[in-house]
Amino acid sequence: MMDVTQPAADSEAQYCDRCGESAAGGAHAACAAARELEPPRFCPRCRRRMKVQVVPTGWTATCVEHGTRTS
Amino acid sequence: MAEILDRARAQVLKNGVGLDEAGILEVLQLPDEDLPELLQLAHEVRMTWCGPEVEVEGIVSLKTGGCPEDCHFCSQSGLFTSPVRSVWLDIPSLVEAARQTAATGATEFCIVAAVRGPDKRLMDQMREGVKAIKAAVDIQVAASLGMLTQEQVDELVEMGVHRYNHNLETCESFFPNVVTTHSWEERWGTLKMVRDSGMEVCCGGILGLGETIEQRAEFAAQLAELDPHEVPMNFLNPRPGTPLGDQPVVEGKDALRAIAAFRLAMPKTILRYAGGREITLGDLGTRDGLLGGINAVIVGNYLTTLGRPATEDLAMLEDLKMPVKALSATL
Ligand code: SF4
Ligand SMILES: [Zn+2]
Ligand SMILES: [Zn+2]
Repeated sequence: MMDVTQPAADSEAQYCDRCGESAAGGAHAACAAARELEPPRFCPRCRRRMKVQVVPTGWTATCVEHGTRTS
Repeated sequence: MAEILDRARAQVLKNGVGLDEAGILEVLQLPDEDLPELLQLAHEVRMTWCGPEVEVEGIVSLKTGGCPEDCHFCSQSGLFTSPVRSVWLDIPSLVEAARQTAATGATEFCIVAAVRGPDKRLMDQMREGVKAIKAAVDIQVAASLGMLTQEQVDELVEMGVHRYNHNLETCESFFPNVVTTHSWEERWGTLKMVRDSGMEVCCGGILGLGETIEQRAEFAAQLAELDPHEVPMNFLNPRPGTPLGDQPVVEGKDALRAIAAFRLAMPKTILRYAGGREITLGDLGTRDGLLGGINAVIVGNYLTTLGRPATEDLAMLEDLKMPVKALSATL
């Protein structure tokens, strides 16, 4: 349910979608664990803060440049 | 058996009279070995004075983020470096969220906005949204829009909002450590207006903000004095970028002690699991709480964080032989 299903975007992911730091540079295990119970906040391609709407059964997260991801 | 449990059995279970602040504190200070007995008593109190039904609710954020207030736990304050951005939900999506909530068997749908209090734009959205939900979905609509004027209270009543949530968040003595942009008394003022309007009062808070055990007891006693229809219990889920972002989470056993203590303070209220239970209690602890005084849940996601899928909670309630409260029972 919380999987991000946009392989094109994710294969180019350069930033952690929880903390916005470089995906390669840091340890994001805690971010990945926290993401089980949180939607993404940063665009993994450009690290912009996304507009995120949570609803009872899911979420959508939109980067002005890279489009919308959903749960 | 601990003396306080004897006293609670006679006073709360038999007579339905909640414990006072000193009694609540004694309960919160019980050692771990007394916890099973405490939870058992709180469960009996709930079954006796509320019954086996569990009230199920879904919540949604109509306006997220960008709030001018500084509640130190909140990722939606615009005053912190939280990654949560401001966003509005459109009416068709709001109705869809209500529809999905009703499909779980929930009887309550609460519309929430991150604001100090509503402005005209928000009240207009509410009017349109509540009307659209009532036309399409069989569910009761509640709201949580911050501090209200008397006019706004009247408008919400007229829209058909049946319950209003406004959390005191923590006890009066600790509140200034958590919020500086408004006072506990201002919150209390809104609650009084809501109460006088005939809307049901929903008022709870968050445990684990750094309050002492004594202040936890103070909070339960203050809530009992308010005597709300419903008390949502949150456990702090520390949010990145907020002043309480590094606060430790409440220990599972302390959370369970608090649940039971709140039940013994307020034998007849709807005591609802709200945010943070997944992190503080996990699946097993969640079950223990439902057998220790809790008689309502929020299912699905929260406002900015995610919960367990509703199906998992509903399966657990079935397993516990706790029926979901039907809409007919709430009218
Ligand atoms: S008033 Fe509500 S939305 Fe605003 S900072 Fe406080 S808790 Fe968050
Ligand atoms: Zn990270
Ligand atoms: Zn982007």
